[in-house]
Amino acid sequence: MADARARRLAGIAFVAPFLTLYVVILVCPLLMGIGISLHRADLFGARTFVGFDNYARLLVDPVFHQAIGNTLLLTLMIVPALTAITLGLALALNRGTVAAAWLRGLFFSSSVLSVTIVTLIWRFILTPDAGLVAEILEASGRAPIPFLSDPDLTIPALAITTIWWSIGLPMMLFLAGLQQIPQDIYEAAALDKAGAWTRFRRITLPSLRRTLILVVMLQTAAQLQLFGQAQLLTAGGPSGASRPMVLFIYEVAFVRWELGYASAAAEILFMLVLAATLLQYWAVRPREDQ
Amino acid sequence: MSAAAAPRLSPVALMLVILGAAIMAAPLLWTLLLSFKPNADLMRDSGTAFSAPYTLENYAAILQGSSLVRWLVNSLIVSLGTTIGVLILASLAGYGFARLDFPFRRTLFVFVLLGLAVPEQAVILPRHQLFAWLGLHNSYPGLILPGLVGPFGVFFMTQYFRAIPKELDEAAMLDGASRLTIFWKVLLPLTWPAQATLGVFTFLGSWNDYWWPLISATRSDRFTLTIGLASSQMNYAQTSGLGFLMAQAVFASVPILIVYVVFQKQIVRAMAGTAAR
Repeated sequence: MADARARRLAGIAFVAPFLTLYVVILVCPLLMGIGISLHRADLFGARTFVGFDNYARLLVDPVFHQAIGNTLLLTLMIVPALTAITLGLALALNRGTVAAAWLRGLFFSSSVLSVTIVTLIWRFILTPDAGLVAEILEASGRAPIPFLSDPDLTIPALAITTIWWSIGLPMMLFLAGLQQIPQDIYEAAALDKAGAWTRFRRITLPSLRRTLILVVMLQTAAQLQLFGQAQLLTAGGPSGASRPMVLFIYEVAFVRWELGYASAAAEILFMLVLAATLLQYWAVRPREDQ
Repeated sequence: MSAAAAPRLSPVALMLVILGAAIMAAPLLWTLLLSFKPNADLMRDSGTAFSAPYTLENYAAILQGSSLVRWLVNSLIVSLGTTIGVLILASLAGYGFARLDFPFRRTLFVFVLLGLAVPEQAVILPRHQLFAWLGLHNSYPGLILPGLVGPFGVFFMTQYFRAIPKELDEAAMLDGASRLTIFWKVLLPLTWPAQATLGVFTFLGSWNDYWWPLISATRSDRFTLTIGLASSQMNYAQTSGLGFLMAQAVFASVPILIVYVVFQKQIVRAMAGTAAR
């Protein structure tokens, strides 16, 4: 009996350090966030309860609408392109040659860089007064393109930068998925004289279904939360044309000091990300027995 | 990599891969090139990057007294602190959840896993308030603690401990070993591959973290490298010059590229694991 109690205590002792920090630094803030979003609050602790006023304000705030639109546009630009490019790369580089290994290393290398370094690099690719693209255009006698200040070009510029930065992880996920397809299926298909396209459509793509869903959902969740690139490269400008939701939240909280209003926006973003995550489980579950 | 399913690339596919590789490499090479140019030349025209003279003065300037070295040390302290903390907490909790019996074990495990669905945005503002009350901003614990509560490590280690045969514990138990001894002497040594994978990922994530240190470390002597570089980038017009800025980017990339090259195997293995889940 005493032994059983001691064993139970031991179990709790092993999980307690993590659980304590988890509750204090993750669960508490999560609940506090909901509370703050129902208050008019500044960064220094002044609070007035206002019910759902912040949410009502967000519903009619054109700046917030613009931020949602930008976020969705960025996600739509980045996720399909990134998925197609990385799947193609994985198919091309799934071989045992030295060249393929080097290329995999090259395509993955950008993903270990921080957002600050990535934007530093891309600023001086894209900026019209000193960037690489401008130098190339100049050398061929053409005018530089204002990627970072033309409202029609800022979002594509952020999308390209993000794709360059994020290419490594989905490529590796696809490569890992390809490694798990049993080779004898391909051998059987080769005996049936199935062409490359047929093999891709009938064998590769169905076998990669889970990986494909995983990549799309991970990337969607990541791009809905795109932040640093926009803050550092374009500062969300010109006049909000490239401001995503997280930058909106950051500016409302730390520039305008309206913590309650920012928290309400954060809760809405949380719901969006959660919906994308749940969609992944829904997409994977029903046919998992296959 | 198996070669059986890999027929020769068609010329079009080959061209596309080469084009892609060029687009990947060009920005990196351009950055490297700029970092070796005298700032005065670049001020006139950044096209001068394609011709001599080249110089090491930008790198010398970094070592001579810019804040960069300080930020590098901060980044190392924060990233190593986070990594060690995550490995300890996740190993303890993973062993507890996988091997020991205590009230509400399953419920608590699910409670932890639910945290995987919580994005940083949902907690970062109230966490900023909480840390302000606790007086933790602009401190190393303030930068490290939020990195310790991600549930992924616990989930990962629990799975790993579960995969170790129970006979090992039972044999040790018959020899009269305590729980702690079994954990420390018998099971933990078997988890090194998992520790390495989780460790590399935690280190990379912490090193590159942006949002939290941006709002928590507001004093320049507490900046991590990521935040310090952001501030140089914002103030670039007034200060130092393009070559110096790019040398900073290169200097800041080197530690993480070393980690990447050394731990490539763990990184690839972790990817394969994520895909298999």
